Amino acid sequence: MGMNQVRIAIDGQALDVPAGISVAAAIAQLRLPFRRSVGGQPRTAFCGMGVCFECRVRIDGIAQQRACMVPVREGMQVLTDG
Amino acid sequence: MGYRFGVKSYDLIIVGAGIIGTACADYASREGLRVAIVEPGPIGGGATAAAMGHLVAMDDDPAELALANYSLQLWEDFTGIEQIEYSRCGTLWVAGNATEFAQIPEKIARLAAVGVPAERLESEQLYRLEPALQRGLTGGMRVPREAVVYPPGMARHLLNRACVRGTTLYPLRATAITAHGVQLEDRTSLAGSVLVATGCALPQLLPRLPMRSRKGHLVITDRYPGVIHHQLLELGYADSAHGDADSSVAFNVQPRPTGQILIGSSREYGNDTPEVSMPMVRRMLERTFRYLPALRQLNALRIWTGFRPVSADGLPYLGRVPQRPNVWVAAGHEGLGITTSLGSARLVIDQWLDRPTAIDARPYDPARVATWA
Repeated sequence: MGMNQVRIAIDGQALDVPAGISVAAAIAQLRLPFRRSVGGQPRTAFCGMGVCFECRVRIDGIAQQRACMVPVREGMQVLTDG
Repeated sequence: MGYRFGVKSYDLIIVGAGIIGTACADYASREGLRVAIVEPGPIGGGATAAAMGHLVAMDDDPAELALANYSLQLWEDFTGIEQIEYSRCGTLWVAGNATEFAQIPEKIARLAAVGVPAERLESEQLYRLEPALQRGLTGGMRVPREAVVYPPGMARHLLNRACVRGTTLYPLRATAITAHGVQLEDRTSLAGSVLVATGCALPQLLPRLPMRSRKGHLVITDRYPGVIHHQLLELGYADSAHGDADSSVAFNVQPRPTGQILIGSSREYGNDTPEVSMPMVRRMLERTFRYLPALRQLNALRIWTGFRPVSADGLPYLGRVPQRPNVWVAAGHEGLGITTSLGSARLVIDQWLDRPTAIDARPYDPARVATWA
């Protein structure tokens, strides 16, 4: 792993990504869906700047975090529909 | 013009369509009265909309307990109605120390005396039921049959039922009580007995009945299902609720059926502005985090305030207004109006009908405050 890479897990799948990118960017790299709405619709990152709340995921056990606002960290566990 | 200035007659004109006024309209119309209800704002838009919606028997005062218990039995008819969001999560009172824990048997006995089941929990049982609670608590008391509801949904449901039975809603302000009934802002006159159920606004129509507003804040989070399972309160809650301090906070947190967590509670006298006070919110949340540290990491979606209508002695005024023929009152429920709405309506309307009441009505008689001598 290069100096500027970090390893995270998204839905249990290990992934090496550049340090400093957002969790939303990492999820997009895997082409995974984000969450489902209460009504069951698939949702995805939209505004990319923390306003629309469409990209919420569970990060290290804490739900409802905006993936676009959280930078990746080594060892991070992300659940897209958690 | 004949319409605008005409006089319409009813058996009972209820002023105010919060949960108290709508409960009165529901019961009065069920008993065959011709009812009008006057409300210029949204249905259940005052204290009803600001309330947590916790159905709870507070055992500290015998009259309060009798009314709550009577009402909780009546609430059992509303468990299956979607817009009321009735959720029987139970109440879990948390003991922060040995002194609070030692009060529990007495509380259980007082509740048992009126038929409310409750059980004492040792600390390991407490953590099995609510793993998110801070370690080091002494134990608690669980009241399994208690519930939470969505109060404005209940007010709308009660009003809809009353309207199906012929109750008329006047979406206007009542400007005065007249010798014959009520005058509305468009100069319509309604004739009949008047029942004032306007909560904190009571002094506008009945200035001789003391009423104070007690401000509160609530915070609601995003959806986090499964973090808590019961309505959680500290056993010291009653000290805050019944104390007379200028301001106080107490741990009182509720799981909504959506998975959202509703966080209270604060109490302030002498602050009649609806603005959110961030220092008060911070104080309330720090109290919450002492019991539920995991909540510190969650997102809050919204903060709002509301005002509890507080009578002279903490019990509601339910009954005939002294020296005012044909004027009745149902107001002043402070923080228990959602719980006690249904019993309050029965007490007032049964007295209006000259029927015996199911519980002793004297503790709530408005004449007890007698400021009109």
